[in-house]
Amino acid sequence: MGRKLLLEHDDKPGIQGLEVYRAHGGYRSVEKALRTMTPDAITEEVKKSGLRGRGGAGFPTGMKWSFLAKPEGVPRHLVVNADESEPGTFKDRYLMERIPHILIEGMILSSFALGANTSYIYIRGEYFYVSRILEKAIAEARAAGWLGRNILGTGYDLEIYVQVGAGAYICGEETALLESLEGKRGNPRIKPPFPAVKGLYDRPTVVNNVETIAAVVPIVNDGGEEYAKIGIGKSTGTKLISAGGNINKPGVYEIELGVSVEDFVMSDEWCGGISGGRKLKACVPGGSSVPILPAELLFRTAKYEQRLMTYESLSDGGFQTGSMLGSGGFYVYNDAQCIVRSTWAHARFYHHESCGQCSPCREGTGWMEKLLHRLEHGHGRMDDIDLLWDIQRRIEGNTICPLGDAAAWPVAAAIRHFRDEFEYHAKHPTKVRDPKHFEKEPMVRVTRAEMA
Amino acid sequence: MGATIKAITTSEGVPPFAFSESALAECREIIARYPEGRSKSALLPILHIAQAENDGWLSVNAMDAVAQVLGLQHIEVYEVASFYSMYNLRPVGKHLLEVCQTTPCILRGSDDIVAHIGKKLGIHPGETTKDGLFTLKTVECLGSCGTAPMLQCGAKFHEDLTPEKVDALIEQLRSETKRNNYTDR
Repeated sequence: MGRKLLLEHDDKPGIQGLEVYRAHGGYRSVEKALRTMTPDAITEEVKKSGLRGRGGAGFPTGMKWSFLAKPEGVPRHLVVNADESEPGTFKDRYLMERIPHILIEGMILSSFALGANTSYIYIRGEYFYVSRILEKAIAEARAAGWLGRNILGTGYDLEIYVQVGAGAYICGEETALLESLEGKRGNPRIKPPFPAVKGLYDRPTVVNNVETIAAVVPIVNDGGEEYAKIGIGKSTGTKLISAGGNINKPGVYEIELGVSVEDFVMSDEWCGGISGGRKLKACVPGGSSVPILPAELLFRTAKYEQRLMTYESLSDGGFQTGSMLGSGGFYVYNDAQCIVRSTWAHARFYHHESCGQCSPCREGTGWMEKLLHRLEHGHGRMDDIDLLWDIQRRIEGNTICPLGDAAAWPVAAAIRHFRDEFEYHAKHPTKVRDPKHFEKEPMVRVTRAEMA
Repeated sequence: MGATIKAITTSEGVPPFAFSESALAECREIIARYPEGRSKSALLPILHIAQAENDGWLSVNAMDAVAQVLGLQHIEVYEVASFYSMYNLRPVGKHLLEVCQTTPCILRGSDDIVAHIGKKLGIHPGETTKDGLFTLKTVECLGSCGTAPMLQCGAKFHEDLTPEKVDALIEQLRSETKRNNYTDR
């Protein structure tokens, strides 16, 4: 069993409430930080911890904080990104629903470190019921003196508010989130200026993911160096993984970074193996935006080294033979699944969620969806495959925000690793019109392990 | 942006709209969360309240009332309401069944759930039953992939769905007199 820093007490009855949370050590980091540490000392601990943004980008959190501009007399803000919309990802919902106070506690520490007196949680509209849980936790914390004016008599003031969105994946992009928080359409802003200089209401702002902010709690409690002892290399600490798809035990797992992917998928401690007595076909390890990995590249890298659950190991081999840890939205495909169908669903998702600002993304995502729809439904042509390749290549890198890249990568990876399946669709139009075409007759793939 | 937005863009023949007193009080409380001069920030939450008070959709009248509460131009409200997928710009059935159809749900059988609901209610996604009780809508990832397939109705997530569970849910909803809203507590 690995160490758990965030979910250690998630099974305790009543942990949603302040009293039980306190009984398990909750809010002691706030006493430590506000009474004995300076804001800069907290940032220093976060830097030492090696904590990287848990929303998907993996950018070092301490460094992000250090970019925050601090002009005299201008309020600064912390905004927590609880817009969790990356397909395959549901860890933040789990954390907020089970242990809402850990987010509040982390926000007090982080807001103090950043010098923010008003902080916001922007939560996706679909999680409306979770926003109620958070509001209740905030009210409890406020009544107990952890929020409000002059916290613990230290002179530090902090208010936290929850803002609900209304259904838009793009609002997980930090500048689109800020636009939405200002009551506008979620169109990402052109950068620079970055939010650290001009963010919410043109004020210096840090936007961090829910899990990132929660991780500040153990970092302050135990020190950054202690946190950095967990994990491997630049992948320090623990990570929440949302495990789904065709596995026996879907759910949210907190792992020490560095667990092997094979153990994570096959061991009963985590995913518990492939469901339905079927074979492993592929896996998307970090949310729908990251490249899909075929079975033969999931447990081993192209160099035939053991693949680990770390930022570095999952991306080993670049996009040719690797993927990304991303948001930790980890979903597994068994051999009854059709890659063309799932790629079509990915493309439909990005088409639906494109904000429409940049033409390569607005037009390209729709075009890819149409081509994939016709391939999957038995009306495709062989040259559609090269056309798809060409379109995704022209989206990537040509848009204001990374949604364009996120739309392009899954299509590129699917063609790169499963081209034979796309060709099969073009060659056998009548067979693929049955939506369950691979259930009885999976496409046989010989893995390198079997070849050896 | 994907689906064609077929909004009802006229106030003709649409019932008038006015916020209830309790809703107005909630609006004022929400506006107070933001710095002075930044009340526009309250637009998304207040649109949710208006939708809940207008039988689950945003008519032009409802959106105009929101504009008035926040002191905004009408277009500032329309452009936002039309951007976000949770705002319905046409009337919907009393129970809006939003079935997740994104890849992680597909892997766990959401296609069968959509087909089952459609067959049971005699409607396609995007349609409402003749009695006005149910609207079936397919939506993109709701963040419930570990408990897929799933659907959302109002604030509630219904997870690990099977055809039997769906049947039971539909029967239960038939007997409910109240509309399920996102804003339900």
